[in-house]
Amino acid sequence: MIAFLRRRPGLLPLLLLAPAIAWLVAFYVYPALQMLQASLWSGTLETGFVFSWANAATYSTALDRYSDQFLRSILYAAVSTVVCLLLAFPLAYTIAYRAGRFRTLLLFIVIAPFFTSFLLRVLAWKTVLGDDGFLLGPLKSIGALPEDFRILATPIAVIFGISYNFFPFMVLPIYVSLEKIDRRLVEAAKDLYAGPVRAFQRITLPLALPGVFAGSLLVFIPAMGDFVNAELLGSVQTRLIGNVIQSRFLVNNDYPTAAALSFMLMAGILAAVFMYARVLGTDELESGIG
Amino acid sequence: MADVDVRLVNVTKMFGDQTAVDGITLDVSDGEFFTLLGPSGCGKTTTLRMIGGFEQPTSGLIELKGEDVTFLPAHERDVNTVFQSYALFPHLTIFENVAFGLRRSGIKGDEVTRRVGEALDLVQLIGYEKRKPAQLSGGQAQRVALARALVNRPAVLLLDEPLGALDLKLRKQMGIELKRIQREVGITFIYVTHDQEEAMTMSDRIAVMNKGHYEQLAGPETLYERPTTRFVASFVGASNLLEGKIGSDGESWTVTLPSGDVVRAPKNLGDIGTGGAIGVRPEKLTLLEPGQESKGNRLDGTVVDTSYLGVLTQYTVEGAGGLRLLVSEQNVDRTTRSDTWRPGERVALTWKPEHGFVVGDSKSA
Repeated sequence: MIAFLRRRPGLLPLLLLAPAIAWLVAFYVYPALQMLQASLWSGTLETGFVFSWANAATYSTALDRYSDQFLRSILYAAVSTVVCLLLAFPLAYTIAYRAGRFRTLLLFIVIAPFFTSFLLRVLAWKTVLGDDGFLLGPLKSIGALPEDFRILATPIAVIFGISYNFFPFMVLPIYVSLEKIDRRLVEAAKDLYAGPVRAFQRITLPLALPGVFAGSLLVFIPAMGDFVNAELLGSVQTRLIGNVIQSRFLVNNDYPTAAALSFMLMAGILAAVFMYARVLGTDELESGIG
Repeated sequence: MADVDVRLVNVTKMFGDQTAVDGITLDVSDGEFFTLLGPSGCGKTTTLRMIGGFEQPTSGLIELKGEDVTFLPAHERDVNTVFQSYALFPHLTIFENVAFGLRRSGIKGDEVTRRVGEALDLVQLIGYEKRKPAQLSGGQAQRVALARALVNRPAVLLLDEPLGALDLKLRKQMGIELKRIQREVGITFIYVTHDQEEAMTMSDRIAVMNKGHYEQLAGPETLYERPTTRFVASFVGASNLLEGKIGSDGESWTVTLPSGDVVRAPKNLGDIGTGGAIGVRPEKLTLLEPGQESKGNRLDGTVVDTSYLGVLTQYTVEGAGGLRLLVSEQNVDRTTRSDTWRPGERVALTWKPEHGFVVGDSKSA
């Protein structure tokens, strides 16, 4: 084996990739194809499903019927991503450059919520944000808030939940890319007459963009598929496409519609990612503009 | 005397309770190639960083062209730096790297293009404008760093071991290049290095630093021929230091070695103080047969080591009382004289008293 590889060194990367490829084929490509097939079924669980290309109409019907939930998912995911970015960048910056010996501790605190189950965290927020929970209850009893004021079951609560749950995925990549930046570059910028703001704008920020990019994807993609936050913190008015897919699949046994929606969600996310990469990922972004 | 460009008055820098720079006072003249030479940890880089504005002195005063800049931030100083690591901006092209300072000072359009072109021409890198720093060799990156600083025509250019990362051959070549560029642009250079050869070949004046202060500030020849402290004598070139009981004999200092031999040096070479010594460079020593007559200082000894180095041969001679002396002899007679000195041979070491030097009391132990 080793002797064989020595003669043909080009095969080594393939060999190293093989487990990952096998995994993807078994658990992504095959199920995806199966879903594609399911999306083109017609019939019910009782009568049995029949495959036909003619059932492609399911796609347009589903898109028509659930466009509200689709748009809401995009909106909530986008807002959550922006909220995470705005909160995470200063935090990552502080941890990377100003935290000194507290750096490890702060990083630990950022990921600490992961030690509890996702579901438990959302349920905890449900209690905290509850109409008479220990956050709003006391404020209402002293009259600081009107009796009918609520956070739970509003879009705010859902966006808050999504932002909260995926926040570490934004902090960590930004932290890594900031931490990697040679601080002497900032010194060099200051040496070349750039004040602190200019140096940040011209050096630190552009060099941190890969982290911003990675963090945004890590928040946006799972946020697009979220249904737990919408289910537990939201209401009927905040149903996301994830809730629709979940109920179509598991409650209504409407496999074709659920599969078609999943497929469109995947395509939509891919398209969004490519557009984002076009905007952020180019080399020419920073040069040439005085 | 030309105008003073940079003036340091009693500048001290503490990091916690560590003194990095200990009360330095010096003037650097306009257009001078000035070097801070010393081993790592001697405070030379900290001194440079204070001139650049990256560190604030704990006490003291820094003036630039007569103006107090002690607490002026780096970006407001008319000083540019060539960093040890070059610190080129990896996401910008070579053109944008060099244009960075110009753009920050509000220069626009054709003027930027023209001046970047001139700077790249000066460092012979025309045609590299569109490349990224990662696509350059070490020597090229070094030139870009130089162009990026010089393009701003600063009053003073600071260079922090700029050749440290290059290999020996490239280092020598870039050293000559740096000197040429400095003459061409006429900007004051303050250069930091631990390499005494680099310092000697390029500098107009050198401050030899040790433990936060400089021990001697002089031109290269003076530093070599007339070092005034033990540290300078051993850091700049090789030296033989002759320690013993200090005395005075008319116009000469005398040192009585533990062996009883007495060596002399003229008093006009410097003050020996109460704890100084007489020194002599290896090439100033002449080796004679034990019986041969000589004038001046003379010590007897035995050759213990011989190494042939091409241009010269280096001998180690052990005298009475275990005193070891280094001797360099030009390989001129070697081809005609069959009996070169070999280990074990008895020799006499002689030198003229005025070819020695005198080191005084050390400022630091």
